[in-house]
Amino acid sequence: MKNSGRRRGAVTAVLAATALALTTACDPGTTGDSGAQTLSIAFSVSTLNNPFFVQLRDGAEKAAKELGVKLVVQDAQNDATKQINDVQSFVTQKVHAILVNAVETDQSEPIAKAAANARIPLVAVDRSIDGTVVSEVTSDNVQGGQLAAEALAKAVGPGDVVTLQGISGTSASRDRDEGFTQGMALRSSVRVVSKKGAEFDRAKGMDVMSALVQSQPKLKGVFAENDEMALGAVKALGARAGRDVMIVGFDGTPDALVAVQNGTLAATIAQQPRELGRLAVEQAVKTIRKEKVRQLIEVPVKVVTKDNVADFRN
Amino acid sequence: MTTTVAERGRNRPDLGKLLSDNGALGGLVVLVVALSIMAPTFLTPQNLLNVGVQAAVVAVLAFGQTFVIVSGGIDLSVGSVAALSGMVAAWSFTEAGLPGWLALVAGLVTGLAAGLVNGVMVSYGRLPAFIATLAMLSVARGLTLVVSDGTPKSTPEEITALGSTIGDYLPVPLLVMLLVFGLTGIILTRTYAGRTMYAIGGNADAARLSGINVRRSTLVVYGLAGVFAAVAGLLLAGRLASAGPQAAVGYELDAIAAVVIGGASLSGGVGRATGTFVGALVLAVLRNGLNQLQVTPFWQQVVIGVVIALAVLFDTLRRRTK
Repeated sequence: MKNSGRRRGAVTAVLAATALALTTACDPGTTGDSGAQTLSIAFSVSTLNNPFFVQLRDGAEKAAKELGVKLVVQDAQNDATKQINDVQSFVTQKVHAILVNAVETDQSEPIAKAAANARIPLVAVDRSIDGTVVSEVTSDNVQGGQLAAEALAKAVGPGDVVTLQGISGTSASRDRDEGFTQGMALRSSVRVVSKKGAEFDRAKGMDVMSALVQSQPKLKGVFAENDEMALGAVKALGARAGRDVMIVGFDGTPDALVAVQNGTLAATIAQQPRELGRLAVEQAVKTIRKEKVRQLIEVPVKVVTKDNVADFRN
Repeated sequence: MTTTVAERGRNRPDLGKLLSDNGALGGLVVLVVALSIMAPTFLTPQNLLNVGVQAAVVAVLAFGQTFVIVSGGIDLSVGSVAALSGMVAAWSFTEAGLPGWLALVAGLVTGLAAGLVNGVMVSYGRLPAFIATLAMLSVARGLTLVVSDGTPKSTPEEITALGSTIGDYLPVPLLVMLLVFGLTGIILTRTYAGRTMYAIGGNADAARLSGINVRRSTLVVYGLAGVFAAVAGLLLAGRLASAGPQAAVGYELDAIAAVVIGGASLSGGVGRATGTFVGALVLAVLRNGLNQLQVTPFWQQVVIGVVIALAVLFDTLRRRTK
């Protein structure tokens, strides 16, 4: 028992050392060699298990490179607690500004507090934060929801439709739902017969859609609050997608644009994630340099259908 | 397992024995030293307090899990039960209008109830612990969503205080974790209930034949795990100043990992509070340190996964060579 305990200690020690060696090996250039003068900005992304947020990060990284600032990115993995932990780490690293794409708007107050206590400027990206921010960079999601209602009504004609909702408690999901509901209220021939949550996730979207196909045989249309869920719905519907069930997504991810081209998706509401990321970094740098920043930047969204999809695929 | 109840009872907290008995502690020391050298911001007082706070929720869950694993079971429901307890507490305050302290009690009772249901399913229902608690994982998460209606609910001051600091620096989660740590140690080594856990985990039939009421002890074990999960859930809600429907998803796996890294055997009969504490710290230090080193998030998951896998792999190898 004792003997094996010692052996285990040795193994754990070796493990720890290997872990550290591994991480420095796969992450060259991020430790130790940062010049004292370079501005460093930290970015906490809600999840990188979604191409939209990967593009968001890419936009931020590109902007950081162009502006000559260092950008550290952490993935909160859709866990509000992990996000606070990450932000606390940013604070101890004494970064000059923090960008946060909140996991949950309703649970983001401690993040704002942590940044405020350390007097580090905070920029909200894509989703609102419950607290003081120097700037919020977001898509106009309410308008996007309205456009989605219009596009879906046009594709379906009269009939029953369902909504696949995102993570409840995020401003993105709430605002898209609000816009969509407003848009649908203007169109009495189209009826929303069910709203089901699928957490912005493709696999969950597919599962939920498979169940809905059974319970709603007369279904003619689907509004998914993001493209991942929309593509899950396409999978669940198989050959019916784009033929007798029309699907409208939201985000304009590369996969979704391909689906619009193929006709399996009737439309998607394209956001500009790279632009969101770029503007967020830009606002942060402006704040640090004491230049004027805008409190709220709403990046416009656009309807993508087969007619104009070529403009977005470049 | 040849370890007897009597042998377990003799453990005294002396440093040399602690180091040799507790292999994970060596690993933790190496980790801390290496990180202190590599990341200049790691060994600052503020960051170390952060590590403590970040370890707290998983540590408290893991202490509860230690009882279960020592007695030869497993509790997959602790993450969901934590979320449910936090949510019931927040709901009691915001929707049912209970005073804050009573809402806190409601949260603890919820955890206890869920734990006892687990215990009844395992002991009287004779369900395998894996299945019983897997069912509870789903039920508790579902109930959390039902109670919350899918949106986070804010917590009363009494609960928010659990997630804040005393004065400017002393974090309450850290204190709660240390308190629960002490309590776990006492229960495991100084009480009848604790000793029966080792006996049942070592050999349930022998325990029964020697006059231990295995069913009742099992209820105690899962009840404790439930209450501890509730404490973790309240800490979590306190930190966020609100209880979220998706809180603590997957935390049961972190808790199990912490217990196993700490030297407990998944086949029961072996495990200690100090080991679990160290296991939880290893995970928290690793996460925090990888952040401080600015390791990209994807690689972090790889590294943490590798460490957990190898720790558990070593556990099985150790048992096989016996």
